[in-house]
Amino acid sequence: MTSSSAASRKALSKIASNRLQKELVEWQVNPPVGFKHKVTDNLQRWVIEVNGAPGTLYANETYQLQVDFPEHYPMEAPQVIFLPPAPLHPHIYSNGHICLDILYDSWSPAMTVSSVCISILSMLSSSTVKQRPEDNDRYVKNCRNGRSPKETRWWFHDDKV
Amino acid sequence: MDFGEDRDSSVDFDGDSDNDIDFEDADVGFDTQDKDIKPRKKAFEVDFHVHSPQDIQGQQDKQVEEVSNILGQPLEATAILLRYSRWNKERLIEQYMEKQDEVLDKAGLGQDVARPPRLQVINGFMCDICCDDSRGMQTFAMKCNHRFCVDCYRQYLVQKIKDEGEAARIRCPGEGCNQIVDSKSVALLLSTDLMNSCRYQELLTRTYVDDKDNLKWCPAPNCVYAVDCGVKQKDLHRIVPTVHCDCGHNFCFGCTLLDHQPTPCPLVRRWLKKCEDDSETANWISANTKECPRCRSTIEKNGGCNHMTCRKCKHEFCWMCMGVWSEHGTSWYNCNRYEEKSGHDARDAQAKSRASLERYLHYYNRYANHEQSAKLDKDIYLKTEKKMTQLQSSSGMSWIEVQFLDNASQALQQCRQTLKWTYAFAYYLARNNLTEIFEDNQKDLEMAVENLSEMFEKSTDQLAALKVEMMDKTTYCTKRRIILLDDTAENLKNGNWKFNVELV
Repeated sequence: MTSSSAASRKALSKIASNRLQKELVEWQVNPPVGFKHKVTDNLQRWVIEVNGAPGTLYANETYQLQVDFPEHYPMEAPQVIFLPPAPLHPHIYSNGHICLDILYDSWSPAMTVSSVCISILSMLSSSTVKQRPEDNDRYVKNCRNGRSPKETRWWFHDDKV
Repeated sequence: MDFGEDRDSSVDFDGDSDNDIDFEDADVGFDTQDKDIKPRKKAFEVDFHVHSPQDIQGQQDKQVEEVSNILGQPLEATAILLRYSRWNKERLIEQYMEKQDEVLDKAGLGQDVARPPRLQVINGFMCDICCDDSRGMQTFAMKCNHRFCVDCYRQYLVQKIKDEGEAARIRCPGEGCNQIVDSKSVALLLSTDLMNSCRYQELLTRTYVDDKDNLKWCPAPNCVYAVDCGVKQKDLHRIVPTVHCDCGHNFCFGCTLLDHQPTPCPLVRRWLKKCEDDSETANWISANTKECPRCRSTIEKNGGCNHMTCRKCKHEFCWMCMGVWSEHGTSWYNCNRYEEKSGHDARDAQAKSRASLERYLHYYNRYANHEQSAKLDKDIYLKTEKKMTQLQSSSGMSWIEVQFLDNASQALQQCRQTLKWTYAFAYYLARNNLTEIFEDNQKDLEMAVENLSEMFEKSTDQLAALKVEMMDKTTYCTKRRIILLDDTAENLKNGNWKFNVELV
């Protein structure tokens, strides 16, 4: 599911790799709390460790985010998914896809990996119940053949969680 | 956290439109005065206007200017406010007067909208998008102060406009910022060529028409006109608003399908769905060949008229019912009316379902036949042009004198379109006293059409002599069509028709 998508992806543009290098430096100086960037030599795919915030349903749990950057990042949003096992959450599908508007319609080129991470942690933290989205099975079935979440027409779940 | 916009706010333009002033009803009082001067508007006709893209732009500009004067906001900001309020002027002004800051904020304007947009060079600036910090770089920010380099801003706009087709509601590229990029800023950032190539102005105009309930784009391919009509969605069960675009396309303002008078939109939807579902049987029905009822030789219908003459045995019969033609032309003509099966048969459930299929097929057959005939008539129409030139040279008639062929051909097309839909209409019609009149009208129109259609099969040398007759028949066809449409529309408006199904 995870390796095929990167192979077909175009190399980063000059702007994209400039910007990602700066982001990486910034991350090393000032990493967002609760996240750890797993060092690789691949600038186009980041794997980030997420620690559930203390006092929330996901305290003491660790998950992995995979962030793939498109050629025209940051004009285009990165593709962000959880690597298995994905946390049990009403907006996270069992295949790791995340229903979060800033990753799709509401993406802004001024956002960064760091700000996306903070949004995801905040989404996890505000959850009151550990369960899959209602339409999980149907959605996951539709996503076989390695379809990217960016090809989904999302309608966003309520904004309370 | 916040995933979308706040739905609980008191500023809301998408809600009910009960406050709208109804302009249609406002001038009812003048009808009586005009009666003597111009002919009465027919029951099946609706008021409408066709607007060119320039008209639409002009209307837009006029409204923006008007509201701009009232609100004391510059034109660009007013345009954003109007688009935000979906061009509901009255509501906008009211809301703006009440809670100016909230309206400005929600429309993506914020305070201080008077400053014209400009590019700036700022010392020590680094663009948050491309991370470039070169000296002397041109930058841009709206009053939200989210500043980016010109290249990034430009690339962002082009992507929004070109790839996502946005125009009126492009937001600032800043994270979580709701500020709308106004047209003046877009013009500053993009070159004229770039703006033209990504059709920014067209997209802006498009939202104006899309936002207004009384405007619709003509659905004909490549047509640039929009039609203005006051008929509301909720009235579609009692009126069929056919409008005529300047490009020559006749369509229904309610559903934008091709003209389907006299059948109201809800029935059209049902009928088309039904025909789609029953297409297997319909396939069988629409087979193009039949056998001569007398000698059994195979006949393919290649003209629009139902009056068939077998080449082989010279037997004359009706293509629809395969009955003898001599019984059609004179006193009785039973080809348009489905004789309801007797109650005795219907008691048997099997017979009932067979009767219901048979009933559907009866109407579908005639519906499809007129559709097919209209196509065949059109082929003839293409040949008509040739005939007209021939006629000019053989009979010494002038170009204007042979136009009757063209008129006849067009009338035929229009009447067939109407006839076709009368069968869908009849399928859903429950029997009462009025249906007899309807069926008579239908029969009369059908006869008139077949008579006219038949004339097109005459050879060119005969046509010149038949000019007056053909013109008479054309006029008669058109008249029959108007009578039928007027009657059905009038009764539809008054709720006199009873249908087998709900009009929803």
